[in-house]
Amino acid sequence: MLRLEKRPEPSGAMRLASPLIAAVAMLITGLLIFLILGKNPVEAFQVFFIKPLDSVYGLGELLLKTTPLLLCALGLAIGFRANVWNIGAEGQLIVGALAGTGVALAWGETESSWILPAMLVAGIIGGMLWAAIPALLRTRFHTNEILTSLMLVYIAQLLLAWLVHGPWRDPMGFNFPQSRLFEEWELLPILWEGTRVNTAFLIALLLVAASWFFTQKTHAGFRMQVSGLAPAAATYAGFGEKRNIWLALLISGGTAGLAGIAEVAGPIGQLQPQISPGYGFAAIIVAFVGRLHPVGILLASLLMSLLYLGGEQAQMNLALPSAITGLFQGLLLFYLLAADLFVNFRLRVRTVAGAA
Amino acid sequence: MQNQAELNAPRLVLRGISKRYPGVVANDGVDLCVQRGEIHALMGENGAGKSTLMKIVYGVTRPDEGHIEWEGRPVTIANPKAARALGIGMVFQHFSLFETLSVAENISLALDQREPLPQLGERIREVSQRYGLPVDPQRLVHSMSVGERQRVEIVRCLLQQPRLLIMDEPTSVLTPQAVRVLFETLRRLADEGVSILYISHKLDEIRELCGTATVLRGGRVSGTATPAGESNASLARLMIGNELTECSLIPREAGEIKLELTNLTLASPDPFGTSLHNIDLRVRSGEIIGIAGVSGNGQAELMAAISGETPCTDAGQVRLCGLPVAQSDPARRRDLGLAFVPEDRLGHGVVPSLSLADNALLTGAASMVRRGLVKMRTARAFAERVIDAYKVKCNGTAALASSLSGGNLQKFIVGREISHEPKVMLAAQPTWGVDVGAAQMIRQALIDLRDRGGAVLVVSEELDELFSICDRIAVIAQGRLSPLRKPAETSIEEIGSWMSGGFIEREEAGRAAA
Repeated sequence: MLRLEKRPEPSGAMRLASPLIAAVAMLITGLLIFLILGKNPVEAFQVFFIKPLDSVYGLGELLLKTTPLLLCALGLAIGFRANVWNIGAEGQLIVGALAGTGVALAWGETESSWILPAMLVAGIIGGMLWAAIPALLRTRFHTNEILTSLMLVYIAQLLLAWLVHGPWRDPMGFNFPQSRLFEEWELLPILWEGTRVNTAFLIALLLVAASWFFTQKTHAGFRMQVSGLAPAAATYAGFGEKRNIWLALLISGGTAGLAGIAEVAGPIGQLQPQISPGYGFAAIIVAFVGRLHPVGILLASLLMSLLYLGGEQAQMNLALPSAITGLFQGLLLFYLLAADLFVNFRLRVRTVAGAA
Repeated sequence: MQNQAELNAPRLVLRGISKRYPGVVANDGVDLCVQRGEIHALMGENGAGKSTLMKIVYGVTRPDEGHIEWEGRPVTIANPKAARALGIGMVFQHFSLFETLSVAENISLALDQREPLPQLGERIREVSQRYGLPVDPQRLVHSMSVGERQRVEIVRCLLQQPRLLIMDEPTSVLTPQAVRVLFETLRRLADEGVSILYISHKLDEIRELCGTATVLRGGRVSGTATPAGESNASLARLMIGNELTECSLIPREAGEIKLELTNLTLASPDPFGTSLHNIDLRVRSGEIIGIAGVSGNGQAELMAAISGETPCTDAGQVRLCGLPVAQSDPARRRDLGLAFVPEDRLGHGVVPSLSLADNALLTGAASMVRRGLVKMRTARAFAERVIDAYKVKCNGTAALASSLSGGNLQKFIVGREISHEPKVMLAAQPTWGVDVGAAQMIRQALIDLRDRGGAVLVVSEELDELFSICDRIAVIAQGRLSPLRKPAETSIEEIGSWMSGGFIEREEAGRAAA
């Protein structure tokens, strides 16, 4: 008889192995699904995981899609470590994009060199403001931030739709619901010729280091970690809960907002009704697959980015629906949560002895 | 019908019981024999294996090796239901009662056979009267004191007509008077032929009540004794393996007021908590003040109000070194020289999943953080010093707090707080559940701090402890604080009657007369 037994202490090895096990299990299940759909699994694997990476352009696309995932997940992880559950990075990403675009539309004609930095800063502030709403509700009224931050995503999406259909629609744009195209000085510089990777990726890499420094070396990071692990001990030590909630939501809102403006001032180049294929939600999975650790998150966001690219390839080459990306994301999270059980428990084979 | 041989056989015999958990041997070849109608003490320090052994007898866990004989017959006790069917009842240290249900409803839930509530109520009344344990079956549990709740648990066991009653540390929640009543009940049960296994580490009680004692140390039986014929010192030697040193409190003059509570009134945010009423208290430098009381009478609320975990409305209600701090957060009060050892260790006094070095940083920000950055080396060195000075058994400063035993963790927490040389030290149940040796060391550390000029406030349920380390003692009951008394000028009896609220009626009578 198999039995779950609590480990004397959590297994560090299992904590690291769990995302790998989840990735492999996701792969096997995915290939099984391809098989059931009548696709050749070897070919499907090839299309999904190899083909996106077989060119310089493909590698560039990988890093391009990694950027918003990485930015959002780094911020979210800081909150998750402190038990602050910001589920609304998608909404903060959109509002960040709106705020940055607003700066471009208002002052872009001046062609000055501060336009782009101002757009980025506006993006960060926009994301922070959107995240400040659940922070205020939680600290003032004890509202659950999971619900409020999630609901604000839909409001942000409607706000975006209204702006591109209404006040910010390009008058020269043949009535398409889009803003005007950004000018060269309003776009993030390309980092690598022949690809679409821009300087936002560098900023994201810097933030990996900054996030590591924050969690490992600063007292604020320690305070947030303690509130997450043992709220009573945090109160005992005098680490104010409110300060942590504000910090967690402002940081994650800020990075999500930066991701948003970096998308519209990067690969998209204008405001459109759709600016993110769910990066803000996928980043939640990225944060957990990356074990809430900056380096882990970097690796996990590369994997998640590959799933997006593979999903696109599968649509084009295998005639599979776009839901395939979401399917793989779901599988990954599902297996991760299952494998995480074994961080604290282990399986034991028990022989039934004596009379039961 | 039982035959003669069975009637003469001991009620319970354990032979060579062993139980191993990952990383620890909880019981190692334990033998135990309980006769009919005998009150048998099971003694031992924390972690000696008492609880595991009782869980085996009550069918909660199964032994890896060994045999159990019940009235001469070998038995396997598969689960608590089987244990109850044999005639074994157990009163746990932590009660399992639903606060929103009545006594009869609670007991009905725990019975193996369904019984209509009115009929059960009659039986409860009958049993409780016979054994002098007055309990009203209709009363809701949340309105009952801890002592009354324990009565419910005992009545619940007695309804099943047990032939062996296991009591796990039953007096830790009782006033001295309630302890007297409990002992009467237990003696009457024993006279009727019920065997009682009495788990405790309180030596005086065991010597008074128990006919035989089996002592566990490190999972093994270290001896059996007739407690009445032993001294506290010889019993302690069996329990901890060496002599117990007494702590010494040399009278000294108290200095200036360091902690001052003025008319502290605070409504408890918890609906089942206790509100504080008009508490006045002054703790001076160089003195230890003890607060006795049955738990749940406002101790937790008082500690939270002083430590800053619950801020008050009026800043002047709590003064620390002369400054009004009642609205300040715990960090600010710590900066002013307050240290606090909370009652709950894991999760309150330390973060279980962090290392000892990180847990040193928890309350050491003043010296271990500069410009927002953590000086981890300083934190590690600090933790190292605490571990050395307080003989904390652990795997160095990187050991997780959760990996330490209760006593070692408490030594670490007390050591950590004292090492900051606080001007005011709060300690809640500083030796609760800590073994005798470590408890002695912790008490001495508090006395040493007092001798260096610290103002110390200790909340404890152990009156012996308070009488041995305190310059003055007060009692908290129903959220009110009694007058302070020097230990030499009061008695266990007076403090005991205050613990059930005796001083409140007198105060009110005095007020009415004036």
